[in-house]
Order: sequence, then C-alpha cells, then structure tokens
Amino acid sequence: MAGKNCVAIAGDTRFGVRNQTVALDSNRIFKINNRTLFGMTGLNTDILTLRESFKFQMNLYNLEEEREISPKTFAHNVAQTLYSKRFGPYFITPIIAGLEGEDYTPFLCATDLIGAMEFPKSFVVAGTGEESLMGVCETFYKENMEPEELFEVVSQCLLAAVDRDALSGWGSVVHVLTKDGITTKRLRTRKD
Amino acid sequence: MLNEFSNNTISLFLQKKKKKGSFFNFSLTTFSPNGKLLQIEHALKAVESGATSLGIKASNGVVIVTEKKLPTTLIDENSVKKIQKLNDGIGVIYSGLGPDYRVLISKARKKSQQYFKQYNEIIPVNIISRKVAGIMQEFTQSGGVRPFGVSLLVAGYDHNGPQLFQVDPSGSFWAWKATAIGKNSSNSKKFLEKRYKPDMEIEDAINTAILTLKEGFEGEMDEFNIEVGVITNDKKFRILEPEEVKDYISELNL
Repeated sequence: MAGKNCVAIAGDTRFGVRNQTVALDSNRIFKINNRTLFGMTGLNTDILTLRESFKFQMNLYNLEEEREISPKTFAHNVAQTLYSKRFGPYFITPIIAGLEGEDYTPFLCATDLIGAMEFPKSFVVAGTGEESLMGVCETFYKENMEPEELFEVVSQCLLAAVDRDALSGWGSVVHVLTKDGITTKRLRTRKD
Repeated sequence: MLNEFSNNTISLFLQKKKKKGSFFNFSLTTFSPNGKLLQIEHALKAVESGATSLGIKASNGVVIVTEKKLPTTLIDENSVKKIQKLNDGIGVIYSGLGPDYRVLISKARKKSQQYFKQYNEIIPVNIISRKVAGIMQEFTQSGGVRPFGVSLLVAGYDHNGPQLFQVDPSGSFWAWKATAIGKNSSNSKKFLEKRYKPDMEIEDAINTAILTLKEGFEGEMDEFNIEVGVITNDKKFRILEPEEVKDYISELNL
C-alpha cells in the first residue's frame, strides 16, 4: 500500500501444504536495496529460487553499473524474467513496492505469474486471501497517509483478511519503507 | 537409388561439419616474442590511416565530428552516413574500415535493445562501451577471425552526465574529455589540449570541434564533407542538418 512518500508491504508467515502447516516463520518479503521491497506468494520452491535468482542478478547489476537499481527498473526486470518462462512458468505472484526518484515517489507494481504488469497508485494484493484483502483494503485505504497511519491501516487490513482465509495466518510481518529506512514489525495473529 | 541415397547422406554429413564462420580452431592473433599482438598493432595502423574523427565532452553535452571525404564527386553524399545512433541517447563515430564499423553498429544496437527489453531503461554509455569492447576483444581471441579495423568514439548523456568513450580494436576502452582519432590525430589532440576547458558549454565545444577538424583538413571544408553529431541534457542524440553545419562553419570563417 502507498502513502505519502512511503510504502508498506505486509504478509503472513505461514508455510503450508494444503491443510497441513509446515512452518510458521517463512519470510516471503525481501529487501532488494534501500529503495525497493519485493514480496512473493505462491509455490514456495519458486519463491526461494527466484529470491536467489534476483539476488544474483542484482549483485551483478550493482557491480557492473555501479549504482542501485530503481524500483521501476527492477519491476520490469521481474516481468521479463517471468515471461522468459512463458511456457513453463514460475507459480508465483510478485509484488514490488518502492520509492522512486529524487522525491521518493511511492511506486507499486504487481504482476501475474507470466509477467503482466500493473502499476496501481493505491494498493495491491496477492495470495490465497487476495479477495478478502481486496475488500478490506478498498474500505480502509486513504490517500496521502503518513507512515504511522499507513502501518496501522496495512496491519488492520492484513489481520482482518487472514482471519477470513483458512490457508493464511500463523503470524505476520509488516515492513514500512520511508526515505529514512525500513521499519519492520511482527504482528500476532490467531494461531489457526 | 542407392547411389543417390549415399550421395545425399555424405553431403548432409559434410554440411553438418561446417560450422558458421570459423573453420579454424586456433586464433589468428598470436603473441610475438616481445609480448605484442601484431595483428592488433596492424589494426591500429588501419585506424590511423582512416578519416579523422574527434569528440569533445562539454559541461552540458557531447559533440562528435568527422570528415566525410568521398573519393569522387559522383558519390551521392546523402547516402553516406558515418555518424550513427545506437539508440535515442547514444551516438557513435569511427575511424578505420567502414564495413567493420557497420557490423559493430549492428551488434551494438542489438545489445542495447536487449538491455532495454530487460530493464526498460536506455543502456548507460559506459555499459554499452564495455559490451562493444567485449565484442572487439572476442575477435582477437577467437578461431579464424581477425580484429576489427576501427576505433569508435561513443558519445552519450545518461545518469552520470555527458560522457565520451573511445573503443579500440584490442578491446580496451576508456573515457575522454576530448580526443581525436584517425589521420592527424596527434596534431588535433595537441590543438585540443590547448583549447579544452572543463567548464566549456556545448556551443563552444561544437565550434572548437569544427575548428580543430579544419586545422588538418585537406582542401575546402563545407557542410557536405563533414558530419556533426550532438547530444545535450535532453538526452536525444542529433545529427546536425547541413544547413546548421553551414552556420557553424560560416561563424568560424568570420
């Protein structure tokens, strides 16, 4: 979700195989650099593999270009990587959130599993609980929220939505990205 | 029937053996006892006898110029375009063998488009210079090929500001504030050393570049036998029209 010169990205930390919960601490939101956060939902093995793949690409980018990648460029890179596997795709739904340019304009991007990009201005949702998330976010979202308010709204949206979805929950983590840095908070959810 | 069959098989087998390009597995560029790569030295000689090109990096842009000396007036000078764009934001000029230049431009444009497809961003000047230098180096270490007989001047404007790079047949590349390649390059460089100022603006740089070219020019210089390319902070590389070049030349003659 985007606020005023800040973005927040939140997710639950359950890793399960259908109705069996395997892990409670699976982190699916990764920091690319100080301006970009990258979250994925979907098949866990693809999430882990793509995490390593993008870390590889970004390390090379930083060394060759001698600069940090901007969120928009990273989003295009993600879409391109996903489309390159058009006929045997990675089963993930990525979300990129970042602050773009000198004036730290919020940037949000979501793509489908084969790299079709969308650039919403307000919020973006993904995962097994995406329908509930969409509803709650629509209700609670306001424009130009400050970081503290953004954190509250994102937390409440996530908590409300995971309670509605059987396959989500068992703990959650919220990252708020501003020009001063990333604040990470873990929330307690219902353990079912 | 049987003969036809065996003939076809044999010709297919021979076709499969032929690889695209090199028949040789060994490089034609080899070290001499004193540690030099003679083929690259000869390639540099080819560059030195090519038409003069020079470039100047100003504080707010880059200009590259070249002399377009055609062997006879019968050639349609409009069809000869020496300065080429790699993409909207980067222009190139060369000294040396024209056909080698065309091939390099083609490869460089493809690389720059691949980068754009991956990142949706125009390739930075130092990155494309490095890639072109990489291509040129490949041809000094691969089987059955010879080095390229061109040096390139790559001019562009990206997030690091205006930049001018030279790429050599050996595959080395480096950035210049101002330089000349081809015939008369040493005299032109001496001239530029005296005239170059780091805070020069682009208009001043264009005038200086054309003046420097005029110093070593055989015969009368007019708007049809030189080419001028400019990029400023709008990040769009432009090749100047003959009318604009004529204005600059007449300013110098005053």
